[in-house]
Amino acid sequence: MSASAASLQQEALRRGLSRRKLFDQIFVLVGLIVMIVCLAILAILFIDLVRDGSERFTWDFFTNFASRKAERAGILAAWVGTSLIMLVTAVCAVPVGVAAAIYLEEYAPKNWFTAIIEINVTNLAGVPSIVYGLLALGLFVYQFDLGQSIAAAGLTLALLILPIVIVATRESIRSVPKAIREAAYGLGATRWEVTKDHVLPYSTGGILTGMILGLSRAIGETAPIITIGALSFIAFLPQSPIQSEFPFISFQWLKDPFTAMPIQMFNWVSRPDQAFQANAAAAGAILLGMTLIMNALAIWIRYRFRKKINW
Amino acid sequence: MTSPTPTSVIPRSSGLRYRKVRDRIIEALLLAAGLVAVFTTLAIVAILLYESSAFFEHVRIVDFLTDTLWTPLFADAHYGILPLVAGTLTTTMVALLVAVPLGTTIAIYLSEFAPHTVRETVKPILELLGAVPTVVYGYFALTMVTPVLQWFMPDLPGFNMLSAGLVIGLMIVPYVSSVSEDSMRAVPRYMREGSYAMGATRLQTALRVVVPGAFSGLAAAFILGISRAVGETMVVAIAAGMQPNFTFDPRQPAATITAYIVQVSLGDLPHGSIGYQSIFAAGLVLMLLTLLFNIAGFSLTRKFREAY
Repeated sequence: MSASAASLQQEALRRGLSRRKLFDQIFVLVGLIVMIVCLAILAILFIDLVRDGSERFTWDFFTNFASRKAERAGILAAWVGTSLIMLVTAVCAVPVGVAAAIYLEEYAPKNWFTAIIEINVTNLAGVPSIVYGLLALGLFVYQFDLGQSIAAAGLTLALLILPIVIVATRESIRSVPKAIREAAYGLGATRWEVTKDHVLPYSTGGILTGMILGLSRAIGETAPIITIGALSFIAFLPQSPIQSEFPFISFQWLKDPFTAMPIQMFNWVSRPDQAFQANAAAAGAILLGMTLIMNALAIWIRYRFRKKINW
Repeated sequence: MTSPTPTSVIPRSSGLRYRKVRDRIIEALLLAAGLVAVFTTLAIVAILLYESSAFFEHVRIVDFLTDTLWTPLFADAHYGILPLVAGTLTTTMVALLVAVPLGTTIAIYLSEFAPHTVRETVKPILELLGAVPTVVYGYFALTMVTPVLQWFMPDLPGFNMLSAGLVIGLMIVPYVSSVSEDSMRAVPRYMREGSYAMGATRLQTALRVVVPGAFSGLAAAFILGISRAVGETMVVAIAAGMQPNFTFDPRQPAATITAYIVQVSLGDLPHGSIGYQSIFAAGLVLMLLTLLFNIAGFSLTRKFREAY
């Protein structure tokens, strides 16, 4: 009697257990499907862009200016503009971001003042990108009188990616062991010498990764530079930085109006004419391709440096 | 730099002083770089408040908050922010309905079930979803998602908040999943082992021990997702249409706060006009909305924080 009750109980337990294990299996399946769906969408997105834009991938597309005829329109002004903006962004954001990170990791005392800087960096990372555009419109375009220029756009994007550079640099500086710093101090090095000769060389990988990720974010940002008033129809190039006459280098391009890849793409997408959708797709494929390559590069660098360094 | 004699008691003292002075100067420069972040925040607040205050000299705050029409560029100008806020909240809601279940499922799978190699391969690829330029996502929403949705809903207009929201949701999946996963992995091993010892399966452990234990981290992940969705611009500007429309129905076209700012910026409004000032007022509302969600999230995280 009691033996049969026990076996009944055991039977119920076993059935319950196999059911619970079935749920486990189902969840693994669901998890895999969700993940594969997300990755598949990324693949579909890229393939779709390349397919829609395939007829535009010609040499002319890169060497023509925007045009009212879809077949003759190209991205010359856009890619030149994007390259120059990225140059300004990198030149401004990287030194400032790395310096700020060094300060926070190596120099800053633990007090309320440092806490304020840290909170600011965290909060800035969460500010919507279009708000940076408004800041730039009010501050750079009108107060500093930079106008709707490459310099204004570059500075805006530099502020936008500053938190990314700071956070990445801090992480890689933090991963340098204390022992290395103490060994250098023990030999009489000052704080800056320790930082410059020991900490920074070891964190190069992380800094490079942060820089590339930041720039890959900046290259696709559209909203802030629309807000400062980038023109979408530009049929001339900014003045070349290299001149044939003395002093051979000109900074006039910083003040020139511009267009950029994402702006050009947005302009084409928002036209009702179907022919322009192919241009938009082609520009999008190039933009997405650049972003993916930059991200892949960042992952590769991180991997290389992690493998090379053995503490 | 050279010492007077090799046996000097304090050799290279001038060199040391030089190096110390140099260190001081460098420290000041580094601090200045750190202060750029503080000044950026101050400048954002100052610019938004300054331009908005000019706006509110023309528009009564009561009208701004209660009027259900937003037509600042028309002859018959109305300045009610509600339609834009409604558009923003609707797209955000749709985005969250996508991102929270997908992101959490992926996070639980990666943290509790996936083998090490799968996790290390999938995570960086997944992060690419967040790196795709938003203008490309806008194209995707307009030319691919909307037509697919129109198979199921033939009445769906070409511009609608549904497809924009769905695509934004997809875009923020990696943000939600990576922060959630980090917080789940921070739940100590022994809690899982205790649960296994009681006879729980992996899924039961994940849902009843790990998820509650990591709840504050999950809340932070959702807040991050909300902030992204509220501030997202290009997808809604391209796929949701740009007419302000006071509705919470995602099948309708509508403008969000961000889309309005873009729309005005595309035109050529003179500096100092009321239209120019209105985008700063809209930006101020956007910042306050983000702030509100963050404060809510912060108090939530604090309430559910588990200490080990």
